[in-house]
Amino acid sequence: MSFENYFYWVIVPMLAVSVILVFVRFLKGPSMADRVIALDMLFLVSICIIAIFSMLFDQSTFLDIAMLFALIAFFSTTVYAYYIERKNKR
Amino acid sequence: MKEVIIMICSTVGALFILSTSVAMLRQPDVYLRISVTAKASTLGVGMILLAAAIYFEAFPVVSRILAIILFIFLTVTIAGHMLAKAAYITNIPVWKGTKIDELAGKYDPETHVLYSESPDKNPAKLDKKPDGKLE
Repeated sequence: MSFENYFYWVIVPMLAVSVILVFVRFLKGPSMADRVIALDMLFLVSICIIAIFSMLFDQSTFLDIAMLFALIAFFSTTVYAYYIERKNKR
Repeated sequence: MKEVIIMICSTVGALFILSTSVAMLRQPDVYLRISVTAKASTLGVGMILLAAAIYFEAFPVVSRILAIILFIFLTVTIAGHMLAKAAYITNIPVWKGTKIDELAGKYDPETHVLYSESPDKNPAKLDKKPDGKLE
């Protein structure tokens, strides 16, 4: 089995199933912190998918977008945590 | 040979990501979900990015990938800590099977002040029992 076929038939479906499972938690989540941590997890899985497709298309420029996604994940989670903490303080 | 190493690294990383996302559905508590995300997903993302680093082999790409891995290892834990603290402050209930809760009784829910170093000076009458169960 060649390199690209392995990625297309094994790695990408595993990541797709994990995206679906995390998105179910994002829809179900009883509290807001559940949704925020599911969003963080979605960002991490999307970083993995970007790395896989940068290998498949042989384009190393995609990894810049992965770095940008890591930044956005950290700032969004931090700001949401600050918002959850301050929301009840009034 | 290089392709086999790339396949092994990416398979391990994808398995870790898959197990993390299963645990996101099955864990009973917010705090356990945050803990699982902070532990397993950093290793999963690290393995997949390591596979990309082995694939490209060029110095600027590898340094960029190492920067992403370092950034993720630093920030996911910090974000998880901040989110768990915010969840605890807003009284999201702890799972029943939690054995120990060291913050119970040392924290003022009104003024958001911690008394963890000197619990004797705590002026607030707290309604949390010291064995960690929220009411």
